[in-house]
Amino acid sequence: MNPIAAPTGDELLTILPELLLAGGALVLLLIGVFAKNSARAVMMLSMLLVAAAIVVLFLVPVDSGPAFYGAVVLDPFARFMKIATLVASLFALILSSGSRRKEVSERFEYPILIMLATLGMMVMISSHDIIALYVGLELQSLALYVLAAINRDSVRSTEAGIKYFVLGALASGMLLYGGSLVYGFTGQTSYEGIAAAMIGHDLEVGLIFGIVFILVGLAFKVSAVPFHMWTPDVYQGSPTPVTAFFAAAPKLAAMALLVRVVSEPFGAAVDQWQQVLVFLAIASMVLGAFAAIGQNNIKRLMAYSAIGHVGYALVGLSAGTEEGVRSVIVYLVVYLAMTLGSFACILSMRRADGPVENISDLAGLSRTNPMMAFFFAALMFSLAGIPPLAGFFAKFYVFSAAVQAELYALAVIGVVASVVGAYYYLRIVKIMYFDEPAAAFEPMGGQLRGVLVLSGAFTLAFILFAGPLNELASTAAGTFF
Amino acid sequence: MAIGLGHYLTVAAILFTLGVFGILVNRKNVIIMLMSVELILLAVNLNFVAFSSFLQDLSGQIFALLILTVAAAEAAIGLAILVAFFRNRGSIAVEDINAMKG
Repeated sequence: MNPIAAPTGDELLTILPELLLAGGALVLLLIGVFAKNSARAVMMLSMLLVAAAIVVLFLVPVDSGPAFYGAVVLDPFARFMKIATLVASLFALILSSGSRRKEVSERFEYPILIMLATLGMMVMISSHDIIALYVGLELQSLALYVLAAINRDSVRSTEAGIKYFVLGALASGMLLYGGSLVYGFTGQTSYEGIAAAMIGHDLEVGLIFGIVFILVGLAFKVSAVPFHMWTPDVYQGSPTPVTAFFAAAPKLAAMALLVRVVSEPFGAAVDQWQQVLVFLAIASMVLGAFAAIGQNNIKRLMAYSAIGHVGYALVGLSAGTEEGVRSVIVYLVVYLAMTLGSFACILSMRRADGPVENISDLAGLSRTNPMMAFFFAALMFSLAGIPPLAGFFAKFYVFSAAVQAELYALAVIGVVASVVGAYYYLRIVKIMYFDEPAAAFEPMGGQLRGVLVLSGAFTLAFILFAGPLNELASTAAGTFF
Repeated sequence: MAIGLGHYLTVAAILFTLGVFGILVNRKNVIIMLMSVELILLAVNLNFVAFSSFLQDLSGQIFALLILTVAAAEAAIGLAILVAFFRNRGSIAVEDINAMKG
């Protein structure tokens, strides 16, 4: 029996950003409870802490190896995805502070829950052991369940919370059952151990069952079809700032976790997981394209759009190559920018008597608010994948990765699905530019405008960022190959 | 007849299936869904402890302890959301969770 050693300085540096967020969240909780009317201050401080965590991530040394008995690791992939997730959370907080929803701006719990969820995501991304994976995933999920139901006086918000909770708990259960089978058949919980135990002989049936159960659990979390049922209801029912957060950071983190799980512990079982991922990708792309057509609620439409985009990202991952992982990383970053910008617009859909969510409320926006209409249209074109916007390049990379891996059918179905999907994005542009104007919205807040312009600029001028972004993504993807 | 690993795994698999069907087939009450979630987690725990004993390896039992802790937190949050929903809707029947469709 080894005596338990105190953590070394290197190990503490590995988890310094997590420590910062965990400690900060607890301190902010105390401030929120004991200082009256501190919601505003807690919001500002939480933004500062998340920003500080980003800075720390740039400074800490990477690749000092697995820390804490192999539980967590900070490799280039983890660093890149953690920074992206933290940026997503930071922008979600900025969007929330710019929204005038009372349940978001007057409850100090809101930013703290976002910080705790982000902490869980960071543990997920860094996980190097099934136990760390589970603990991170649950920390994220438990905070997200509460966030979905944060408007506790609304039937829709609490209903979204219940749906998310029940299906999320089921997903965690599936993932755990898979984890227990993998543990039983390999005798290991660490990714390295599992990978080593799988080399050199045929995989047992139980182990394959375990892999499939883990993939099912993760597919729930990234909302891939056929495990997407919760997504439209949760997107629609939650307060819009919460939906903006749901659409960005958790998707990123769950996809990053999926990439890590299929590449690290199950790297040897590529034939087994590739079939599952190809199926998930096709089903998600097709359903995302067709189910969104009939939607009238813009938040529901964004939910189906998110399902479709998860499908496209899975196309890259199905390739199972370094090229594929690189394209997934680029796709996620582009998706993040487009989503945050779109939600900045959706959050500004507000008249004197409260927020509105129907697509028809956008009618004639080009005449009542030309700036917002222009950027929203650019984001819609980009989501549809029209060149030379960011969304086109992101799709191009994932499809070319699939073609290089000889998954021709997958790439063709993807292109067809994105053509079908273009219909509902372009319909929004048509409504904004060619329909008779509806009543004007209230002016956009400064924060929302800032986020919208930033994401719009990134989308429009993606060609300038494509080179450096690809280089960073290659470094990150190189971790696994 | 000695009770071996296979027996434990079979019981756990049955419990797990019962839990999954309790969530997917149940059309009556959300509380039953919460109980089914617990059933799933207990099935997983049984798996972990059985494997841990079979493999002579402690990490399975450590995992089981963590799952117990998280399951408690999960139940607390689930019940809290359920109470909030009941206050708004006046019912916890599954068929009344229908404010949003499509």
